Amino acid sequence: MRTYALLVLLFSSITTVSQNCDNSLSGTVTDIHDGQLLIGVTLTIANTEQAVQTGFDGTFTFSNLCNDTYYIQVSHPYCLTKGFTVKVSGDTNKSFKLEHHIEELNQIMIEGSAYTNKSKTTLENSIDKDELERFSSGSLGDALKNLSGVSSLNTGNAVVKPMINGLHSSRVVIVNNGVRMEDQEWGAEHAPNIDINSVSKLTVIKGAGALQYSGDAVGGVIIAETSKVPVKDSLYGKSLMTATSNGRGSALSSKLTKSYQNGWHATLQGTLKRFGDFEAPDYVLSNTGVFERSASLQVGFNRFDYGFEGYYSIFKNEIGILAASHLGGAQDQIRAIDSDVPLIVNDFTYTINAPRQDVTHHLATIKGFKRFENFGKLSIQYDFQRNNRLEFDIRRGDDKNKAASDLQLDTHTALLDLESYLTDAITLKSGIMARYQKNFANPNTGVRRLIPDYQMYDLGMYFVVDYQLNDQLLLEAGARYDYSYMDVFKFYRTSFWESRDYDQRFPEIVVEELENQILTNPQLNFNNGSATLGANYTFGEDYKLFFNYSIASRAPNSSELFSEGLHHSASRIELGDLSFNSEIAHKVALTFQKENDLFSFNVNPYINTISDFIVNEPTEIQQTLRGNFQVWEYRQTNAQLLGVDVDASYAFAKNCRLDSQFSLVKGYDRSLNAPLIGMPPVNTSNEIVYQNSEFSNIRLALQSVYNFKQNDYPNTNFEVFIPETETWQMVDVSSTPEAYHLLNFNSSIDINLNQKSKLTVGLRITNVLNTSYRNYLNRLRYYADDLGRNFLFNLKINY
Amino acid sequence: MKNMKFLTAALFTSILFIGCSKDDDAQPLPVNEEEVITTLTVTLVPEGGGAEITLQTRDLDGDGPNEPVITTGNLATGVTYSGSIVLLNETVDPAENITDEVEEESNEHQFFYTPTAGLDVTTSGENPDSEGNKLGTEFTLVAGAVSSGTLTFTLRHEPTKPNTGLSDAGGESDIIALFNVAVQ
Repeated sequence: MRTYALLVLLFSSITTVSQNCDNSLSGTVTDIHDGQLLIGVTLTIANTEQAVQTGFDGTFTFSNLCNDTYYIQVSHPYCLTKGFTVKVSGDTNKSFKLEHHIEELNQIMIEGSAYTNKSKTTLENSIDKDELERFSSGSLGDALKNLSGVSSLNTGNAVVKPMINGLHSSRVVIVNNGVRMEDQEWGAEHAPNIDINSVSKLTVIKGAGALQYSGDAVGGVIIAETSKVPVKDSLYGKSLMTATSNGRGSALSSKLTKSYQNGWHATLQGTLKRFGDFEAPDYVLSNTGVFERSASLQVGFNRFDYGFEGYYSIFKNEIGILAASHLGGAQDQIRAIDSDVPLIVNDFTYTINAPRQDVTHHLATIKGFKRFENFGKLSIQYDFQRNNRLEFDIRRGDDKNKAASDLQLDTHTALLDLESYLTDAITLKSGIMARYQKNFANPNTGVRRLIPDYQMYDLGMYFVVDYQLNDQLLLEAGARYDYSYMDVFKFYRTSFWESRDYDQRFPEIVVEELENQILTNPQLNFNNGSATLGANYTFGEDYKLFFNYSIASRAPNSSELFSEGLHHSASRIELGDLSFNSEIAHKVALTFQKENDLFSFNVNPYINTISDFIVNEPTEIQQTLRGNFQVWEYRQTNAQLLGVDVDASYAFAKNCRLDSQFSLVKGYDRSLNAPLIGMPPVNTSNEIVYQNSEFSNIRLALQSVYNFKQNDYPNTNFEVFIPETETWQMVDVSSTPEAYHLLNFNSSIDINLNQKSKLTVGLRITNVLNTSYRNYLNRLRYYADDLGRNFLFNLKINY
Repeated sequence: MKNMKFLTAALFTSILFIGCSKDDDAQPLPVNEEEVITTLTVTLVPEGGGAEITLQTRDLDGDGPNEPVITTGNLATGVTYSGSIVLLNETVDPAENITDEVEEESNEHQFFYTPTAGLDVTTSGENPDSEGNKLGTEFTLVAGAVSSGTLTFTLRHEPTKPNTGLSDAGGESDIIALFNVAVQ
């Protein structure tokens, strides 16, 4: 392309000499979005001194041109400069189109369909690339935890599930590169299948306001985006290497991007992480190793008015589950809880034994968009995901190396979105979605299926209207409707089927009666409506007020409907309920924000009232041959979550900044008038950052994290008879751990290797004081302390 | 124009995918639990003859809602019994003998017998595993004076061997079976 342009220039410069040149070129420059005339656009004819600007009427005129081909550069402060080749023959009229609002544009162009306005009336918290790179060796959940209002539900230290304003799993929707993740997120011990190194920006929307993604995000939406690729000829990349003392492992990640002026671009990215057993301050956490491999390829073509992209990623993660957490019944649980050290502590090893998880996630997507003048932008996307989850348990005999659970979830989704600018002030986003999902539970495991085989069809449609009333006030309203149909084949234990009176209530779904099991074919329909209404008011120099009211409806997931049996990794029996209906949440959120360089803050109180909230709680003790187990039953109730998130940042001296955040959430079961189980305790973090861009961009940060004790929890303790001591003993499964304080240190410095390459060297120390602590939201808190001190040495090369 | 062609093609491909991916609704195969232990039977044969005593706990629905069915028996004072334990998985037909598996992996298993203090019963003579430590699928039981209480059988998977009893055995409980027993 460039050589072509140069040739044109070369020829034009030669030929100008010999011709009689008194032609003119005139015309207008307009915005491609809405056809509006652009004022103050500079047009320059390459290789000559000739330059003109468009006037107030948006027109321009060049004079004294020859009958020839010219290369004209058109530039505007708020547009991307663009070159045009124009053939002048006599007095010529030519109109040019530029893309206005470059900021917004870059996003649309690179990221395809649904990325522009996520939600204009809910506060978006995001984590940028620099911050994400500091978590290169960790997980998505580790990085997200640093946002106010976001906590995590952990299973050990490697399975980290994000929790937004006290809600998690199916209530949090994760969108990866425009694709809603379908990775069996219903499971509390299923971590998101995304490599943090493939993400350049993470945004959290606390609430269901972002209707284009889903209507069932009762907790919120997490959006992971890849970085923008510039439309120019370029080849660049980066490599990150992290070595850690705790886990004695390392993480390697590389990314290479090639882009062309003509709009083509390609990015290849890969990550390898290997850790052995992690350590608490006083002992090795045996069998907590991690082996993660992932790769992604993105190829795309971007023009101002159209573009398309193909993306494929594979993510494979093997995670060891703390050996000491694998227990028989309640009698074992008492031994484990009462013991100060985990029941199993072995020497450090890289080997990952059972119990362990081995998860593979494939994601492939193709998408394209086309921008139509005076109409809007049309985007289309198809994606395919395959999630295969193997869980290995401690087993006997021939089954030793066989997975105890082998679930494969395939998802196909097609999306069609239209973004139209109805007037200067009104934007309408609308779209439809069709999804087909198939879950296959491999019967060769020799263990009854945790989740039954099913096929699911979803159809959704939405619209969101923004109205920019004036410079200060923006109004937003939207609605969404989703229909789901589930066709399930489920084997029930005959004893369970009868004990629940299902034989009376659902006799029509029985397909076949076997000796001690019943095959059923439940066919379930769910109609879910959701809506959002909000306003965004800007006042003073840097104040903003956001108001948002949203309704979200979530259909029960397959675990809530069909669980029935011993959940070994949790040492409890879990029971779902076939008769559940959708839960409906009403959330009102208010945000008061001040943004400037010296002092910024936002205060975000909210109230989320959920009817038919599905909660999983202990109800009774069941006697089995393995011992006594606590039975956790899913139940629907009316719940209410209230809370406030506060962020503040204050530049108290040159190059110095204090960043603070505070989150509080209280959850209540309004039907029982009792606290909800598993709510995050109050927490606050404060960080002093020194950063000097004039001195090798040195950055030093000291962070203090304080987690309070959770005082509001339901008492679900129970008693069990211990034969050795001939006593009844209390199994304390509900008491919450004490408050704790952690110090983290982070430092980095940039070294310029040459004009194009930069090396960043970093040292991070987490849990500097090597504090022993346990976290209420870690499912393995009964059995072992959390991680001890960790030195992380980082190297990053940008090239 | 070219891109419109692409978009149209993409649209059709996706519709095709959606439309065609519903494949045969073959009925899934039932899964019969391979490892579940439904039945523990302790047979006590009096030395020098007499009626044998059977202690049994049987839970045919595994972790299902039905409680185990417990059969117990009474011991005679001063009698020495030779005991043996059989484990079965009766969810499959014919029933699978799990004792064989336990004996194959004898190093990773051990049975413990715990009489409550009021019950005058002593146990000894557990059969050894392949390394000479206790396995305990066979044992000797001596009934002492007239008394009553609970006799508990515990099977630990991957215990520390050798050990002095449940308190330092560790491992994971595969079975905890309690029987109310009287010595008459």
